[in-house]
Amino acid sequence: MTQAVVTHEAPKSFLRRYIFSTDHKVIGLQYLFLAMVAVVVGIILSLYMRLRLAWPTEKWPLLSKLFPQAMAGGTISPEFYLSLVTMHGTIMVFFVLTTAPLGGFGNYFLPIQVGAHDMAFPVLNMLSFWVTLAGFVVLMAAFFVSGGAPISGWTAYAPLSAVGEIAGPGLGMGQNLWILSIALFCIASLLGALNFITTTLNLRTKGMAMTRLPLTVWAWFTTAVLALLAFPVLLAGGILLLLDRVAGTSFFVPEGLIVSDQILPHKGGSPLLWQHLFWFFGHPEVYIAILPGMGITSHVLSTFARKPIFGYRAMVAAIFAIGVLGFLVWGHHMFVSGMSPYSAIAFSLLTLSIGVPSAIKTFNWLATLYKARIRFTVPMLFALGFVSIFVSGGLSGIILGQTSLDIPMHDTYFVVAHFHLIMGVAAIFGIFAGTYYWFPKMFGRMMNEALGKLHFWLTFVGVYAIFIPMHMMGIAGHPRRYAETAGFDFLAPLQPIHVFITIAALITAGAQLLFFFNFFWSIWKGRRAEVNPWQATTLEWTVPSPPPHDNFGPQIPTVHHGPYEYSVPGAAEDYILQTAPPTPAKS
Amino acid sequence: MAKTVATLKDIETIAVGSRPPGRPDDGGQGGGKEPSPSLPEGSYRLAILFALASISMLFLGFTSAYIVRQGLGGDWYPLDPPAILWANTAILLISSATLTRARALLQREAIRESLRWLAITGLLGLLFLLGQYGAWRELVTRGIYLHTNPHSSFFYLLTAAHGIHVLGGLLALGYVALRGWRRRLILIGAPDRLRHYGALVGATALYWHFMDGLWVYLFILLFFWR
Repeated sequence: MTQAVVTHEAPKSFLRRYIFSTDHKVIGLQYLFLAMVAVVVGIILSLYMRLRLAWPTEKWPLLSKLFPQAMAGGTISPEFYLSLVTMHGTIMVFFVLTTAPLGGFGNYFLPIQVGAHDMAFPVLNMLSFWVTLAGFVVLMAAFFVSGGAPISGWTAYAPLSAVGEIAGPGLGMGQNLWILSIALFCIASLLGALNFITTTLNLRTKGMAMTRLPLTVWAWFTTAVLALLAFPVLLAGGILLLLDRVAGTSFFVPEGLIVSDQILPHKGGSPLLWQHLFWFFGHPEVYIAILPGMGITSHVLSTFARKPIFGYRAMVAAIFAIGVLGFLVWGHHMFVSGMSPYSAIAFSLLTLSIGVPSAIKTFNWLATLYKARIRFTVPMLFALGFVSIFVSGGLSGIILGQTSLDIPMHDTYFVVAHFHLIMGVAAIFGIFAGTYYWFPKMFGRMMNEALGKLHFWLTFVGVYAIFIPMHMMGIAGHPRRYAETAGFDFLAPLQPIHVFITIAALITAGAQLLFFFNFFWSIWKGRRAEVNPWQATTLEWTVPSPPPHDNFGPQIPTVHHGPYEYSVPGAAEDYILQTAPPTPAKS
Repeated sequence: MAKTVATLKDIETIAVGSRPPGRPDDGGQGGGKEPSPSLPEGSYRLAILFALASISMLFLGFTSAYIVRQGLGGDWYPLDPPAILWANTAILLISSATLTRARALLQREAIRESLRWLAITGLLGLLFLLGQYGAWRELVTRGIYLHTNPHSSFFYLLTAAHGIHVLGGLLALGYVALRGWRRRLILIGAPDRLRHYGALVGATALYWHFMDGLWVYLFILLFFWR
C-alpha cells in the first residue's frame, strides 16, 4: 500500500488538467498544437511570397483581405515582401522547428522513455510552455502595430535592425516586438532545457543505464544542452540590440551612418559584432532543429527495419560530435563579411569536418536498412525521406562550407535551397515521422495509412520539385530576398522557374491539408490503437494508449534490455521489450 | 555535505519509488503544489549547475561584446569606479560567508540559528542591490548615463544584468528561509526531511556563491582588465 503514495491522481478541474497542466504529456501536446498553428501561419506567408515571385505584377484582391493595410491596392510591396520573409523565417525556425520536435515530442516522450512519472520540475515545464506561447503572441502582434512586421529578416542584421523606423516600415515597434518575442523564447527554452537535462540524468528508472537510452532521448538531451548554451548568447545580443534601438547606445551602429538622408547620432559600434553573437547562437540553432529529427529517424528506422540500430555507440558519439562542432562553425555564415581569410579557413575546415559525424549517421542508417525486412509504414516512409533529404541538403552544405565556393554563392537562392532542405524540410520530415509513429500512443487511435502514404509521396516529390530548381537558380546567380527581378536582365530567363516553383509549392502546401484532415479525423474516428501497434521495444509501448496521468502507475518499470533489440536470434518474437525479463527466451 | 549529493545508488532507490511510507510531503499545508514523487535530491543541485552554465553563456556573450567593442577604440572612455563598489563587493563576499555559516548550522540541526544566518544573508544581498543602485546614482550625478559612452553602457548593462540575477537569488533565499521557518519544528530529528531541505539550501547557496564570484569577475572586467 505504500506504493499508492507514489501515484498521484490527475487534477480534476478542466483548467488544471488541460490548460495550466503540469503533466508533461499535456504540455507536449500544447507545444505540438502551438507548432501546428505556427506552421499554418508560416506556410501561408511563404505562399504569399511565392505568388509575388511568380507573378510580380498580378493583383490579389482576395489575398489582401488578410493584410488590408500592408497590401493596399492588392499588391505585395517589396517592403511587405521583406516582412513576409522575416516573419516566415522567425515563425518557422523558432515556433515550428524548435517547438515541435523538442518541446512537443521531447516533452511527451522523454519522461516515458526514461521511465519517469514526469519531468523533474513540472511547474517549470508548464512555465516554459506559457512563456513560449507569450513569445508567439508577441511576435504575431508585430503584424498589427503601426509600420507592421519587421523587414530585417530572421537574422535581424544590424544596422538595419538597430536604427529604428527611419530605415523602413516595421523597424519601429515591429522590430521591438520581434526582439521581445525572441527574448521570451530564449527564456522559455532555458527552462525547458533544464528539465530535459535533469530528467535524463537523474530520473531514469532502474536498469535504464545511459547506454540503454533510446537514441531519441540522446538526441533530445544533446539538443537541450545546445539550447542551454546557445540561447543565452542570442539573449545577450538581443538585449544589446534593444538598447541600441531604445536607449541610444552604440553597440552595433557605426559612427556617421546616414539613413534616409540623416546622420545618426550613434558612434563607434560594430554591425559585425551582431553577426558574431547572432550566428554563435544561429548555427547551434540549426542543430537544435535537426537533431531531434535524427533521433526520431534512428528510432523509427530500427523499429520498421526490425533490426537493431547499426552502431548505437557510434550514433551517440556522432550526435555529440555534431553538437560540439556546431559551436565552432558560426563563422561560415559570415565568409563575405570581410573576416580574415585565415579565420575563414579555420571555420571552413571545422565546417567540413561536420561531414564526418553526419556521414557516420547516414552510413549507420543505411547499414540498419541493409538486408532488413522493411515494413513500409507511413512513419517509416517519412524516416526514409528524412535520410534522403538529409543527404541532399547536407551535400550542398559541403559546397557552401568552402570559402571559394561560398563567396559567389552567398545570398543567392542556392543558400535558400540548401538551408530549407537540411534545416526545414528534413526537420519537418522528422516531425512527420514522429507524428505518424507516436500518434497511436498520444491519441489512442491509428492514423489512416492510405492517406498518410499519399501525403508522404506528394510531400516528398513536392519538396524536391521546389528546392532542386531553386539550387539551379542560385547557381545562375539569382539573389535572395529580392521581391522582384524587373530591371535585372540576366534574371529574366529564370522567371519560368519561379512559376514552376510556385506551382510546386502550392501543390505541396495543398498536400498538407491531407495531413491535417487525417490528423483531426483520426483523433475522433481512427481505428483504436493497441498498446504496442508497431511491435516496438521502448518504454512508451508498455503503457496504455494514451498513457495515464502518471505514466506507469504504481509499478515503475525495470529495464533489462537495450532499446533496439529486434530480431534477436532465439527470441520468441522479433522484438524484445526493454522491460522483458532478463533471461533470454527459451531456445 | 556529501549527503546532499545523490549518489547513483540513491537515485536508483529513489527512482524506483521506495519512498518512506506515508511521508507527509508538505507538512500538511497543501500549498497546491504536487510533490514530484520521485525527484532525487541531487536534481536541484544538478539543475542549478546547468542553469549556471547557461547564465555563464549570457555573460560570456556580454564579455565578448565588451572586448570587441573596447577593441574598436575611438569613443571608449574608461570610467573611474564609483567608490561605493568596493563596499558593495565586500558586502556580497561577506554574504557568501554568512550563507556558509547558515549551512553549517543546518548540518548540526540548529534550525533556528541557521534560519537567522539565512536572513542575514538575504539582508546583505538586499544591501548589495541598494549599493549598486547607489553606484548608478553616483554616475548620474557625474552626468554619466547609459548612452554616454560604450564603457558606461556596459557598466549599466552588466550591473543591471547581474543585479537581476541577484534579485532571483534573493527570491530563492526568501523562499527557502520561509519554507524552513514553516517546517522548523518537523525538521528536527527527521534526517530525511532535513536532507531534502539541506539539498534545497545547498542548491540556493551554489547559485548565491556563483553570483558572488560573477560580480568579482565583472568588477575586474569593467575596471581593472585592460
